[in-house]
Amino acid sequence: MFSWDLLANAVVAGLLLGGFYAAVSLGVSLIFGLLDIANIAQPAFVLLGAYGAYVMNTSFAFDPILTGILFTPLFYLLGAAVYRVYYGSFERRGEESLRGLVFFFGLLFIIEVSLSLKFGVDYRLVQASYIGHSIDVGGVGIAFRLLVPCVVGVAMTAALYLFLARTFYGRAIMAVSQDRLALRLMGADPVQIKTIAFGIGIAAASLAGALLVTIAPVVPSTDRDYIGRMFAITVLGGMGSIGGTLVAAVILGVVESLMSTFFGPSWALAVSFGILLVALAVRPAGLFGR
Amino acid sequence: MWVLVGMVVVTLALAVPGVFTARAADPIKIGFGMAQTGGLSANGKPALLAMQIWKDDVNKKGGLLGRPVELIFYDDQTNPATVPGIYTKLLEVDKVDLIVSGYGTNLIAPLLPIAMERKLVLMGILGLGNNEKYQYPNYFQIQPVGPEPLVSMPTGFFELAAKQTPKPQTVAIVGADAEYPQNALVGARELAKKFGFKVVYDKTYPPSTTDYTPIVRAIKATNPEIVFVASYPPDSVGMLRASHEVGLQPKMLGGGMVGLQFTTIMTSLGPMLNGIVNYDFWAPEPSFMNAPGIKEFFKEYQARAEKAGVDPLGYYLPPYAYAALQILGQAVEATKGLDQQKIADHIRATEFSTIVGKIKFGKNGEWAKARTLMVQYQKIQGNGIDQFRGPGKKIILFPDEFKSGNIVYPYAAALK
Amino acid sequence: MAWTAVRALAVGAAVVASGILVASLRVNPYFYFAGYVILQYVVIATAWNILGGYAGYVNFGTPAFFALGAYTAVFLIQSVRPPLVVLIVAGGLVSALLGLGIGYFTLRLRGVFFSIATLALAIVLQTMIINWEYVGGSRGISVIRPSGPPFGSHVKFLFTVMVALAVVAVLAARFIERSWVGRGLAALRDNEEAAECMGVPTLRLKLFATTVSGFLLGVAGAPFPYYVTFVEPNSAFNLDYAVNALAMPMIGGTTSWVGPVIGAVLLGTAQQLATVTISSELNLFIVGVVLVAFVVLAPEGILGLVRRLRAR
Repeated sequence: MFSWDLLANAVVAGLLLGGFYAAVSLGVSLIFGLLDIANIAQPAFVLLGAYGAYVMNTSFAFDPILTGILFTPLFYLLGAAVYRVYYGSFERRGEESLRGLVFFFGLLFIIEVSLSLKFGVDYRLVQASYIGHSIDVGGVGIAFRLLVPCVVGVAMTAALYLFLARTFYGRAIMAVSQDRLALRLMGADPVQIKTIAFGIGIAAASLAGALLVTIAPVVPSTDRDYIGRMFAITVLGGMGSIGGTLVAAVILGVVESLMSTFFGPSWALAVSFGILLVALAVRPAGLFGR
Repeated sequence: MWVLVGMVVVTLALAVPGVFTARAADPIKIGFGMAQTGGLSANGKPALLAMQIWKDDVNKKGGLLGRPVELIFYDDQTNPATVPGIYTKLLEVDKVDLIVSGYGTNLIAPLLPIAMERKLVLMGILGLGNNEKYQYPNYFQIQPVGPEPLVSMPTGFFELAAKQTPKPQTVAIVGADAEYPQNALVGARELAKKFGFKVVYDKTYPPSTTDYTPIVRAIKATNPEIVFVASYPPDSVGMLRASHEVGLQPKMLGGGMVGLQFTTIMTSLGPMLNGIVNYDFWAPEPSFMNAPGIKEFFKEYQARAEKAGVDPLGYYLPPYAYAALQILGQAVEATKGLDQQKIADHIRATEFSTIVGKIKFGKNGEWAKARTLMVQYQKIQGNGIDQFRGPGKKIILFPDEFKSGNIVYPYAAALK
Repeated sequence: MAWTAVRALAVGAAVVASGILVASLRVNPYFYFAGYVILQYVVIATAWNILGGYAGYVNFGTPAFFALGAYTAVFLIQSVRPPLVVLIVAGGLVSALLGLGIGYFTLRLRGVFFSIATLALAIVLQTMIINWEYVGGSRGISVIRPSGPPFGSHVKFLFTVMVALAVVAVLAARFIERSWVGRGLAALRDNEEAAECMGVPTLRLKLFATTVSGFLLGVAGAPFPYYVTFVEPNSAFNLDYAVNALAMPMIGGTTSWVGPVIGAVLLGTAQQLATVTISSELNLFIVGVVLVAFVVLAPEGILGLVRRLRAR
């Protein structure tokens, strides 16, 4: 069932979805791409942000994105704390590989089950003035529910990029991943820098979660759908490249959208993993990787 | 060596509880697993509440056969793998006298062979077509789908569509990649052929889909006059929101969307529900509110629901769970004992009067006559819960004997 | 080495014999259900540990291997109906192939990519199974058990089978651990580059470990259809398997075959007892917390704690 109209809509929806996927993947891009810490619990933190937005929306009628921004300091502190535990227990002893991974998996699991205990398995959604409306641009419908998160996602990516390129701490974070000696010459303590970076990564999850619940209702197991997407995007984009993350996210969004529309949505989720496996096999450095 | 030690520990650990279950034989024990966690807990928890209300009602009137009734249940976690263990425990350790099923097709499936092996009578709670394969004569299903479960849900929808003038020509069929929707879609395809509709779209989507707009757009592109959707609660919500966003306005929309019957979903969707023609099992319309005991049941249920954190109105599954136990209780009283075969024979032969009306069982333990409703949501305004308490918002269109109003057709007319 | 090997085999045979004895007794049937589940976890935990504990590669996709074993069995039951032994071997072989395949693609890269790939695996496999009508697809499928089981009841028979499988798994782990393969795996676990430099064939050893681990996981899953009589993707791919496969070896101790057994028996029994008293989610929550606590505070598990106590 092909029509140019359908194709145009699928592509546009995919582009918008891509902006959102970029927001969601920023944390992993920072923490895994730059710091080389395999934080597979990131989707759970995003979900935590989503539920936070949900609670504020239903209790106080706060706009979800507002809540997302509001909670960033909290999530930053949470991230910093998690990193300290991780550093103290694993990194310092040089045992990151097995135990670190299991640690994050355990975290992912605990967060997911806690959400399940507190909120049950019903789908939770938020209400906002722009959800449910769309504008028509030349035959292509653009839903605000997708447009707003996309815009915010792109803004987040740009902000993070500028932060890393222009500010002292940002450049210190880049240095931690590339050149430790330079970092010490700059007078920065690697552990402190990594704490900041990890904190920022988790803070990003707060806002990403708010965007997530704006786009679609959430349930505690939603995090598992995003593990594959986040890592696929980070690997495809290139470890350590924030701009690459955006590009990869848009690619993933468009491919998923096209698959969904023309081949049936059954395989859309497998797309991200397929991309991940192919990327790993063919060009592990990703599109823009170092 | 360790394995041996472990085995000894395990043996002791499991034998010990057995020692303590030598209770007095006085109460009549009814045992079951019920989804308190997991995907179906949204229905499992209200069902449990209804069953507990039945137990209290029965005990207030002196119990069954003069003995108090006790319910023993465990959380099946919506996981069929737990069922054999749970029911073995109920039968061998807790020594229950009667069993009923958990909620849902998947949870009843592993239970049937167990019931058959031990020749037990089994009341099934809202499972679709579980007995088709086994044809066990002592199984009885409390879902009102009647003798042909797969077509029962879509029948009303397609019949209503066929009655409209001019008769619609094209239909789009869509559903989730899961057990119930797949079954419903099979029925829908049969009915589309029977009524002479041309199927212009027939696809499924994974239940974890985030974004339903591509799907709805693809449907809209085929220009169907009627759209039949078979979905579970999350996708029912997603599809409806997407169809409003995309502007999908066929002449009739709905069919087999699970979840629209839940109060929380009704209130959150609000006016987006207007015009949807969907299946249902119960509605607060006069034709249903007159059954004996139903008003008292809802008064009790709604008072307890808030505290129990379950669906506050309960206008879907709870009365059926209650009725299932009513039937079991009445059969026990009538046969004056706990003989499984006698109870089963009595249930098969009798027409029961319950809070959901008169029930008689037919082939494979399904209802002799189907009673799946087709309702249409009309004139919903805002997101308040009180408008759903009484009649007027969920109009029964089918079958004729329960009809409480007329369809607003085409769908677009109801949106104004 | 030969004498300890013979001794180990003798112990193994004795355990199987006692299992058969228990099955022919008239113990409360509920015991067999619970026992089956716990023994199944012994196999799963041991299998996981061969790759995770010995080689240091974390497999998050245990459900994929387990379910593949179960669905291979379903496929064979629906088509050819071979005896249980064939089902078990077939289930093991298919999962072994899966392990080999995943290993081949990702083990050349860093360990973390292998782990992420295994995470993805479960979802992709589940999607494939959901779309495969012959084995029930998303609807699930009812499996009719063959009549006339030994010991008079299906559960007792499956229980003894699982005892035998647990013994096989543990013996396999023990032999691997004490052989040059085990030493090679330990070397690459501690420092893969150094091991390579010393001439340890790391890639082949890793592939060996994933294949054996996959085989045993598939073997654990193959009797599942007969145990549960109704197989559907959600329960076959249940997250429980993923978490427990991790938690049991980590809690018991990953460096030896004893650890997973301790972990499986302790955690498995606790969970069986707990499911009737607390909600399943609370149960999972506790498992998660205990897992993280052990990983952070007692990384060598109970075995490590015991060793430290003994050393005092």
